[in-house]
Amino acid sequence: MHQIKSPQELREAAAEQKRQREAQQKAVLTVSAGTCGQARGSLDVIESLRKIVKEQSLEDRVEVKLTGCHGFCEAEPNIIIQPQNIFYQHVKPNDAAQIIEDTILNNQIIEKLLYKEPTSGKEAIKEEDISFYTKQNRLVLGDNALIEPTQLNEYFSIGGYLALAQVLEDMEPEEVITSILDAGLRGRGGAGFPTGRKWKLTRTVEADKKYIICNADEGDPGAYMDRSLMEGNPHRVLEGMIIGGYAIGADEGFVYIRDEYPLALKHITRAIEQAEEAGVLGENILGSSFSFKVNIVKGAGAFVCGEETALMRSIEGKVGEPRQRPPFPAVSGLWKRPTNINNVETWANVPLIILRGAQWYSEIGTEGSKGTKIFSLVGKINNTGLVEVPMGITLREIIYDIGGGIPGGKQFKAVQTGGPSGGCLPAEKLDLPIDYESLTQAGSIMGSGGMIVMDEDTCMVDVSKYFLNFLRDESCGKCLSCREGTQRMWEVVSDICDGNGKESDIQLLEELAVAVKDASMCGLGQTAANPVLSTLRYFREEYDAPIKDQRCPAGVCKALISYSIVAENCTGCMACLKACPEGAITGVLKEVHVLNQEKCIKCGACFEVCKFDAIKIE
Amino acid sequence: MLTIYINNTEVQAEEGWTILDAAQFYGLAIPTLCHNPGLSNYGGCRLCLVEIGEGKYTKLVSSCTYPIGEGLVVHTDTKRVLEARRMMIELMLSTAPGSKVIQDLASLYGVKQMRFKIRNEECIYCGLCVRMCEEQMDAKAIGFQNRGFKRKISTPFDERSYECRLCGACMYICPACALRCQGPDADTAVCNACLNLDPTCVEVYDELQCWMYDAGQCGTCVKKPSDAK
Repeated sequence: MHQIKSPQELREAAAEQKRQREAQQKAVLTVSAGTCGQARGSLDVIESLRKIVKEQSLEDRVEVKLTGCHGFCEAEPNIIIQPQNIFYQHVKPNDAAQIIEDTILNNQIIEKLLYKEPTSGKEAIKEEDISFYTKQNRLVLGDNALIEPTQLNEYFSIGGYLALAQVLEDMEPEEVITSILDAGLRGRGGAGFPTGRKWKLTRTVEADKKYIICNADEGDPGAYMDRSLMEGNPHRVLEGMIIGGYAIGADEGFVYIRDEYPLALKHITRAIEQAEEAGVLGENILGSSFSFKVNIVKGAGAFVCGEETALMRSIEGKVGEPRQRPPFPAVSGLWKRPTNINNVETWANVPLIILRGAQWYSEIGTEGSKGTKIFSLVGKINNTGLVEVPMGITLREIIYDIGGGIPGGKQFKAVQTGGPSGGCLPAEKLDLPIDYESLTQAGSIMGSGGMIVMDEDTCMVDVSKYFLNFLRDESCGKCLSCREGTQRMWEVVSDICDGNGKESDIQLLEELAVAVKDASMCGLGQTAANPVLSTLRYFREEYDAPIKDQRCPAGVCKALISYSIVAENCTGCMACLKACPEGAITGVLKEVHVLNQEKCIKCGACFEVCKFDAIKIE
Repeated sequence: MLTIYINNTEVQAEEGWTILDAAQFYGLAIPTLCHNPGLSNYGGCRLCLVEIGEGKYTKLVSSCTYPIGEGLVVHTDTKRVLEARRMMIELMLSTAPGSKVIQDLASLYGVKQMRFKIRNEECIYCGLCVRMCEEQMDAKAIGFQNRGFKRKISTPFDERSYECRLCGACMYICPACALRCQGPDADTAVCNACLNLDPTCVEVYDELQCWMYDAGQCGTCVKKPSDAK
């Protein structure tokens, strides 16, 4: 691509791409091929689709497009067929011929590939008919399904870099900041600090050099919003960063990205090269006096490096350990220069605010939290996936309307928001409108947007033990409160799970949790006690049962449960006998089996395979 | 000069000071462990916690790392501070109960129980030795390894370091491994002898005059002379 020399030239190039897109007569098959889609075999689907298109010489009628994640993980690999917007799920390579033959050439819907609503069983043909999508407002994520992330022209065709052109042409840096301030955008990385205020502060500090950082060190278990954005629409994140650089007066930026995200890394690297080639990044951007370059730094996988001060130390080549704030990064950050650090999703919101206006943006969401937020909805939920919803939506709407409820007709028990240092909210909090403040008040946090749904079979003490195990491993180890605190909390909770809990343990846990929260230096330590505090607050009886009655109400903690065979229900089918890895079940066909408690390792394999409810957990 | 408020008293403090610097300048006792005036500030032991801010918006910070700013409001001994400090001492104590420094802190702050499993380690990862080796001895022979509960202090790759001159500064400064508590069964319990026993000395001697004190044998001098009858 040739260098674009002025905002006007960029507008023309974008308009041309847009015109080409609209004039498109071909049927477009967009196959989701983010990391998740690829893991479910979308690349094979693409390959066989392309092969058939070639064999039948349909190149001028059909285009197969490889896009980023469409957000609907449960339905991967999925295909959206344009212009009709037909949605096919769980597509396999050998479905390709039928899709081309029936749907493309003969305009017929293939029923077996349609999505069926988990509750009503109703089939949905188009993307907009699917309940998973109807309540969402996919301002940031929606473009993922439209463009090939590795092609800059594709991004141009949906208005890419027009915000940058507008900013360079007729906005002063201060105006950009005012716009972000008025929009009410708050940091999407977790703490929710007003982005505009951070920018303003960094702008006003005088220094010979300033930096911009994009925090793509997404480490929460089960959260992958940032990865999908980087994979599916890297130019948008980049555009946000360039605008941010212009606004605060920085000429250099860093993308700190996990090395565990190879596809995202590949796409952002390519995006930077393309942007430089096109003249929207580098020296004298679009012929202006503004220059900006972006470097990539790969994180080595430490969770704590998502904390801003640890992240900056990591970029500097030091050990990733948080340091005391103040001085805040806006005053003294990377190499002691003023630094503005924002999360991937925050950056991706910036072009949107510039293009559509602060007024428009501030009308979405609640009083204190504006815009949309992407959550990764995982766990015991029918529609697993990335959901982008306006702030202020209730948990119930997300879990039941978008998520389609709990699989297997099970009862909802809790939802864990905000990653490992977030909290677990019970059913009575389902009508809580989600924004930064309400979640904090309820004892959890917004965090980066992880949302893990748990059903009645989940033991909350076990959940708390899981997160403590994660945290004691990921604590950097500097502060005694966090290093020893998480380790000791884990020990106490493990004792409770093993049936060795004492009545005094709960008070000890409470005391310790408060001390850890109070005494730690960084955000990780200060929130490390949340899993314990929130489960103690809402699920106290689950801690009492193993201590007082040596019983795990959910039937999860191995030391406190035993498996047995219910003679009335056992049909003697031998399924459990075959499944048992220890040979603890004996019996002959069509006779009631016997379980030897001494050999049983409580793995639950028999329970999983039994179709007759003949295995009982006590 | 900046004006700050420590324990409701308006005082003047120099720019660039930490809260601990200011408090010490005005003679206020804040316990420290990983802090040493000759070394850089670290903020790892969390003993020097103080409460800053007013009304609803207060928080605990480590005074050795927190820089003062104009109008800062500090309280050094609120209930919240003391509770957190006691928990920090209890955590350290159950990791390294053999350390006299930690047992003394327990006595001073009335920590009378160890509710966690005793580990009898020799290290509480305060990082004094690491900073000593780097900043004063200019050797950088030892450093931290791993993170979280797997953290340890060692030479690179756990091999004999050619940077190490066996100067012993790391052991000299260590609060946990060098000086052992001589209490009845310090390794298994909170000794607290220093807290509970009346001073055996009838007189209060100057530190330099008491050989028992120098040898680290007697706990009673931990009590300030003014406390002695």
